[in-house]
Amino acid sequence: MGKIKIAVKTPRIDMTPMVDLFFLLLVFFILTATFRPEEAAPIKTPTSTSQTPIPDGHLMTILISKGDKVYFNVDNGTDSTEHIRAKVLQAFGSNYKIKFTPKEIKKFEGLASFGLPAVKLKDFLNAPDQKTREAMQEGIPIDSLDNQLTMWIRFARTYNNDLKVAIKGDGDATYPVVKKVIAILTDNNVYKFDLTTDLKAGIAAELPAEFIIK
Amino acid sequence: MAEIVQEEGHKGKGKRKAKKHGTHIDMTPMVDLACLLLTFFMLTTAFNKPKVMEIILPEKPKNNEKPPELDKDRALNIILVENDKVLWYVGMAEPGKQLAEADFSKEGIRKILLQRNKELYTSIAKQTRDLTVGKLKLTRDSAEARIKRYYKADKFGPIVLIKAADGVKYRNLVDIIDEMAITNIARYSLVDINPVEKMMVQAHVSSKPSATAIK
Repeated sequence: MGKIKIAVKTPRIDMTPMVDLFFLLLVFFILTATFRPEEAAPIKTPTSTSQTPIPDGHLMTILISKGDKVYFNVDNGTDSTEHIRAKVLQAFGSNYKIKFTPKEIKKFEGLASFGLPAVKLKDFLNAPDQKTREAMQEGIPIDSLDNQLTMWIRFARTYNNDLKVAIKGDGDATYPVVKKVIAILTDNNVYKFDLTTDLKAGIAAELPAEFIIK
Repeated sequence: MAEIVQEEGHKGKGKRKAKKHGTHIDMTPMVDLACLLLTFFMLTTAFNKPKVMEIILPEKPKNNEKPPELDKDRALNIILVENDKVLWYVGMAEPGKQLAEADFSKEGIRKILLQRNKELYTSIAKQTRDLTVGKLKLTRDSAEARIKRYYKADKFGPIVLIKAADGVKYRNLVDIIDEMAITNIARYSLVDINPVEKMMVQAHVSSKPSATAIK
C-alpha cells in the first residue's frame, strides 16, 4: 500500500560554483601577492598625514634603523633586463678593488636592502642562509673618512638616471644620523627626496576650534 | 563534478537498481583548504603601500652667490628638543632671548603656526571645502596648481626654519614637517642649529628645571 514514499533526502548543495569562485580568487591573490623582501633590519616608520603613495619603480632607498645604522637598497629596474643592481655592484666593487663572480652578482640581484662595509660584501653574498646574512649587516660606513654610502648613491645614479630617492627611517633613529644622510644626499646634488611614512590612523588632522572651516 | 551529481539524481528515481553509490566526491575539505588559503593570501597582500612625504631642499649656493636674505619678522624659528618638545621664537637669534615652548598636540605648535599663517591657511582650506562640497569644480591638477599659486603669492605668512638639537628622534622631524603640510606653510626649510640658539636652549632648560611641569 504505502508504496509512495517520498525519499527523505538531505538537501545537497552544489558546491561547484563556489569552489570555482574560490579558486579563481585564490589564484588572483597568489599572483598579486608580493612577498616582503628580506629586509636588512626591522624599521618602524613614523606616521604622517601624507597620502602620496611611494613611487613604483626606479627607487633608491636609504634605510636608517633604530640603532642609527644605515642601509641601502636600489631597484633592479622595472624589468629584469635592466640589471641595475648588478651594474651598481660591479662598479662599486671595482672602486674598492673587489671582483665579484657571476654567482655573487646573481645573488646580489635577488636580495633587497643591505648594509655592510665593502670588505665584507663577498662573505655576505656567499653566506649560506638568511640568519648568517642578518648577523653581518652592521651598517654602511658614512663617516667622512670612509663614506661608502656616497659611493653607493653615486654608482646607483650613474646607472639609473631617473632614480628617485627615499629615506626610510625608524621613528627612533636620532637626528644627527638623519642630518648626515641628508647632507650626503645634497653633496650628491640630490635635493628632492621622499621620507617614507605610514598613514596616521585618523586621516584628518585635528585643528584648534577657531580654525575649523565649515 | 556537476555530472556526478546529476547521475546520482537519476539513481534516486530508479528503485530497482542496486544501491550502488555513485562516485560522489566530498568537496568539503577542498573547499575548506581553498577558503583557508584564500583568507591567508587576502590578509597578507599588502594593498596599502607606504606613503611618502616629499622634501625639496634649496640648492647649495654657489661660491660667489649670497644666500637669500630673510625678512626677519617673518622668520619663525622652530627648535626641536628631546622629549617631543618644540621651542620657538621669532626673528633673529640673540643671547638672552626667551624661547616659547609648545608640543605636537593640536593646541601646541599647530595653533601657533595656524595663527601666523591664518590668511594662507583659510584661503586654501576654503578651496578644499568648496571642492568637497561641490561648490567649486576643478580637476585635481588645477586644484593643486591653484594651491601652488597661493603658496607663491604668500607675502605675510611665516618662513619657518626648522632646527633640531642632537638628541632628537627622527619621528619628531617627520612630525614637524607634517605640521607644515597640515597648516599649509608656504616656505620652510631644514637648517642647522647655530651656537647662539644652543645657548638659548640651554638657558631655557635651566630656567625651568622640572621638565614635566611645563605645559
